[in-house]
Amino acid sequence: MLSIKNLRASIEGKEILKGVNLEVRAGEVHAIMGPNGTGKSTLASVIAGRDIFEVEEGEVIFKGKNLIGMPVDERANEGIFLGFQYPVEIPGVSMTNFMRTAINEQRKYRGLDSMPAQEFLNRMEEKKRLLEIHSKLANRSVNEGFSGGEKKKNEIFQMAILDPELAILDETDSGLDIDALKIVAHGVNTLRRPDNAIIVITHYQRLLEYIVPDFVHVLFDGRIVRSGGKELAFELEDKGYEWIKEAQV
Amino acid sequence: MDETNIQYNIMEKFRAFFSENKAVLLAGDSPYVEQLKTQAFNHFSAHGFPHTRLEKWRNTDLSNMLKHDFNFPLKQTTFDVDLDEVFRCEVPDFNTRLIPQMNGWFMGTGEQLPNGVIICSLNEAISKYPDIIEKHFGRYADIKDANLTALNTAFFRDGVFIYVPDNVSIEQPMQMVDLVNSGKNIFIQVRNLIVMGKNSSLSLVQCDDSIDNNIGFNNTVTEVYLDENANLDHYKLQNKNNASALTNSAYFHLEKGANLSTNAISLNGGLIRNETQVRLNGQGSHADILGLYLMDHEQHVDNQVFVDHAVAHCTSNELFKGILDDHASGVFNGHILVRPDAQQTNAYQNNKNILISDKAVIDTKPFLEIYADDVKCSHGATVGQLDEDARFYLQSRGISRDNAQMLLMYAFAADIVNKISLTPLRNRIDDLVKKRLRGELSSCEQCVLHCNSKEQKISFEIDMSRI
Amino acid sequence: MYRLNLIQLSVENIFGTMEKENNDILHELTQSEYKYGFYTDIEMDMAPKGLTEDTIRFISARKNEPEWLLEYRLKAFRHWLTMVEPEWAHISYPPIDYQDIIYYAAPKRKKELKSLDEVDPELLETFKKLGISLEEQKRLSGVAVDAVIDSVSVKTTFSETLEKQGIIFCSFSEAVQKVPELVRQYLGTVVPSDDNYFAALNSAVFSDGSFCYIPKGVRCPIELSTYFRINAANTGQFERTLIIGDEGSYVSYMEGCTAPMRDENQLHAAIVEIIALKDAEVKYSTVQNWYPGNKKGEGGVYNFVTKRGICKGTHSKISWTQVETGSAITWKYPSVILMGDHSVGEFYSVAVTNNFQQADTGTKMIHLGKNTRSTIISKGISAGQSNNSYRGLVKMTKRAANSRNFSQCDSLLLGDRCGAHTFPYIKAENKTSIVEHEATTSKISDEQLYYCNQRGISTESAIGLIVNGYAREVLKKLPMEFAVEAQKLLSLSLEGSVG
Repeated sequence: MLSIKNLRASIEGKEILKGVNLEVRAGEVHAIMGPNGTGKSTLASVIAGRDIFEVEEGEVIFKGKNLIGMPVDERANEGIFLGFQYPVEIPGVSMTNFMRTAINEQRKYRGLDSMPAQEFLNRMEEKKRLLEIHSKLANRSVNEGFSGGEKKKNEIFQMAILDPELAILDETDSGLDIDALKIVAHGVNTLRRPDNAIIVITHYQRLLEYIVPDFVHVLFDGRIVRSGGKELAFELEDKGYEWIKEAQV
Repeated sequence: MDETNIQYNIMEKFRAFFSENKAVLLAGDSPYVEQLKTQAFNHFSAHGFPHTRLEKWRNTDLSNMLKHDFNFPLKQTTFDVDLDEVFRCEVPDFNTRLIPQMNGWFMGTGEQLPNGVIICSLNEAISKYPDIIEKHFGRYADIKDANLTALNTAFFRDGVFIYVPDNVSIEQPMQMVDLVNSGKNIFIQVRNLIVMGKNSSLSLVQCDDSIDNNIGFNNTVTEVYLDENANLDHYKLQNKNNASALTNSAYFHLEKGANLSTNAISLNGGLIRNETQVRLNGQGSHADILGLYLMDHEQHVDNQVFVDHAVAHCTSNELFKGILDDHASGVFNGHILVRPDAQQTNAYQNNKNILISDKAVIDTKPFLEIYADDVKCSHGATVGQLDEDARFYLQSRGISRDNAQMLLMYAFAADIVNKISLTPLRNRIDDLVKKRLRGELSSCEQCVLHCNSKEQKISFEIDMSRI
Repeated sequence: MYRLNLIQLSVENIFGTMEKENNDILHELTQSEYKYGFYTDIEMDMAPKGLTEDTIRFISARKNEPEWLLEYRLKAFRHWLTMVEPEWAHISYPPIDYQDIIYYAAPKRKKELKSLDEVDPELLETFKKLGISLEEQKRLSGVAVDAVIDSVSVKTTFSETLEKQGIIFCSFSEAVQKVPELVRQYLGTVVPSDDNYFAALNSAVFSDGSFCYIPKGVRCPIELSTYFRINAANTGQFERTLIIGDEGSYVSYMEGCTAPMRDENQLHAAIVEIIALKDAEVKYSTVQNWYPGNKKGEGGVYNFVTKRGICKGTHSKISWTQVETGSAITWKYPSVILMGDHSVGEFYSVAVTNNFQQADTGTKMIHLGKNTRSTIISKGISAGQSNNSYRGLVKMTKRAANSRNFSQCDSLLLGDRCGAHTFPYIKAENKTSIVEHEATTSKISDEQLYYCNQRGISTESAIGLIVNGYAREVLKKLPMEFAVEAQKLLSLSLEGSVG
């Protein structure tokens, strides 16, 4: 589904990704771990198409299409979803209107008619239940006045509504208490299907207790330095990132 | 007599005065200054005194002031007062280098200072340092910008010149004290020029006081140039008699990385008009423009602030607070201009007022003019009263109503006072504000820094932040 | 767009509207020209170009006006001759040649129209293009429409229904014939004929407009609406609206405007006067979409409008809501004089300028009575090379004890060639009133656009979405159907403003 080969990317002339290789197939959950500042979020942004990063070299192939140079909204409509580490507030724009616009743009991209109002409403309600969102989310402005936890829940809620083929969750666990974490994990697990894939970016092993990955990768200094099964996460938890750093040196 | 007539008469007088005394007025001036004076006179002659039909003058009316007969001193007069005594500063521990001015004339000795620092009379500078004068004098105070600036440029006789060379930091604050004392009604034009070199730094206190009860009209223009990374901490202290008018225009020009803090504190005066113009002309420059005015009786204070964000990446922060009692009137007119391409500008402007009496009036206009999109600009203005809940709280702790009011006013003013970085000055201003709030300064016609009135028993030492 | 069903608050209905709205926005985003810019070929009855006392006599005679009204006009005209055009606004335009304007242009009518069938079919077609079919209006909607083309009110629907409640809603000319004493009592009492240059001009040459009187204690059951359109070339539109809310009454009044695309500028100088007596409430909403000129800044309407209301009685309330997207120049300050104690004034405004448009708009809240309240929410949006200014005055007079004002004036800049300016004047003369003014300037952040893009929303749609969100506080004050149109207009008028 996603194939990243020798990806090098920089920001303002500073190289962050120094040759990343990653293969993600449908039905898989990958976890990308690593200390702060090693390029995890950059990788997510580059896949999503954030233009502040310059892709110097390499390729990112999604469902056979090269993503490099493709606009952000087109990538999204191709089926890529990014759960943001710091979701931005958009004052005055209601969640309902936001999601409705998004879903209809997606449908338009795919040559479908707009989703009928009732169907859309039903979907909103269903996904609210999934994420145990009780507030009158529909009328609230996008992320405005949301607590840290609510923002993260809202990201997964949007993922549930848009039903992407590839979801990248960037530090979705940060700022969540244990109850919220369980809800978020439950939501993500429910959305797991053989025809979609998820990349979970996290600093801690904690989230992986609830979203069990098929593969774990350690990103360090702009490169994936180790890959393995879920046990790698436990090993990291035990030995800490110092272990990786030392191994590097 | 209507306004036009006053204008007409007074303008005729000025025209006659200029042509009759041209020789004296231009004496000692370089061709550059002479030309500037002539241009300024022509401009003033064509436009006259500002009147209330002008947007920037709609709430400040000079016509009553201009009805008086004034003397226009052309030459420095001698005084029988003891200058040392008059200028002795009573701020405890406030060790400043005093720059005395009497009716605008520089009264210092013009001594040599270490590191090439120059403090002398502007007249002297015009003949001695023509290069600096030509480079800076009249370059920031645009005669077309304001009629009073044109008037000043045409008729000024003297003022202070300060030059701080590159890389020189002056530890000891300088204190300009301009006293108006002539025994008769006078109209004076004071002109100062301050030039700061790269990476230099200076603290400067500008005091305007009257020491007699005569009607004085002091029209001061000060130009300040801050070269790259220069740092100026500037204060205006105004304590004039109620019959006086003071129009004090300061033009600051900041180059790259320069840092300005200017603070106008108006405690007393018949009519005070502060025109503060700041041009942020180099990237990374920053200006704090602060002001406090405490007015009562029939006093009038007008603060006009223009901040010109001419280039990208500059920041400015403006806060003016005022308390108006009795028949006092206040004006605040803030103008932030963000020019096209002045991206990444961060500008803030706020004016807060408290009216103590139903006879007091405030006109405030915080004005934003923005031509660049990547900017953070906000402004605010409030007019209101002291917080009734806070007053009730204080009273419930046994503080009398009057004292509670005093305390809350003091807390309101403290916002500005606390930003004064020269500690002895801050303490002294703090004292003066307290005195002012008790109504003790209104009657005091002496210099701010010579006030001898006794302390009364009001405790201001309550931490208002805890309320 | 004007199929204004009475507001139904079921969720489905709201969504129905929303769906339409989003589709329409998308659809219309693909078009790039001013969509109301067609010209209707209707036979017109016109005054000769130019302005003299004869022109005024011509207008007055055509309308069969009483002597006092002619005198009123002539007095205004004579005063106007002594006045000069104001120059203080932050706008610039070439001098207007007041002698090169046609001051009266009316669709030719052979006789009084008794029913819609008698209306010129061309005209009905115009309304269909505008989206207001009078027939449908009359049959389906609960909204009475007074449609004003150029200068004359063509047909008022529903007035019979309203008349049963004693509500008078008709064209201004009709009111002059029907209720001359009411017109005479209130005309010019809020905006005197010598108030300002454009008000004087209007007072001299106004041709028609709407009149509305809500009797004591009556709550007008439907939204009243007037649609204005400039049609003929070289004509000025000088409509005059007078709304009187008698004691304890309520009315919500809406006004919409369009004009055809023309290369030359058209002058529009209207006056709206509102009188709210004791306990009355008048809510006035405008969606102003006069032709803004083309992308090079050619053509477009000069919109110099004086709108003012007076809260005459205690506990009365006047609320102005405006969405300004059109006109090459907008000069407009809907104001409230808060005379009655405890009266309330409100001003909610969204003003959008794009390309070379210039808007200088805001409000005046003059607090005269005790315990009066006013709220000002202004959202300016500038794009292209336009200039958008908020200009407001809040005045607390000595008598207005315990009064309050809160103002929030925000500016949003799209692009680095436009300007956003704020001129708030505050004058306080008593010690018990509180005035608060806040303002911010911002742009749409790259982060917000990125976030929307990542959800599959194109940049153009995202801007529409964010701008509508930014203006939501004001849009929600509009009657529902008006809000829908306003949202569309916001997106439309910003089209192509961000690359």
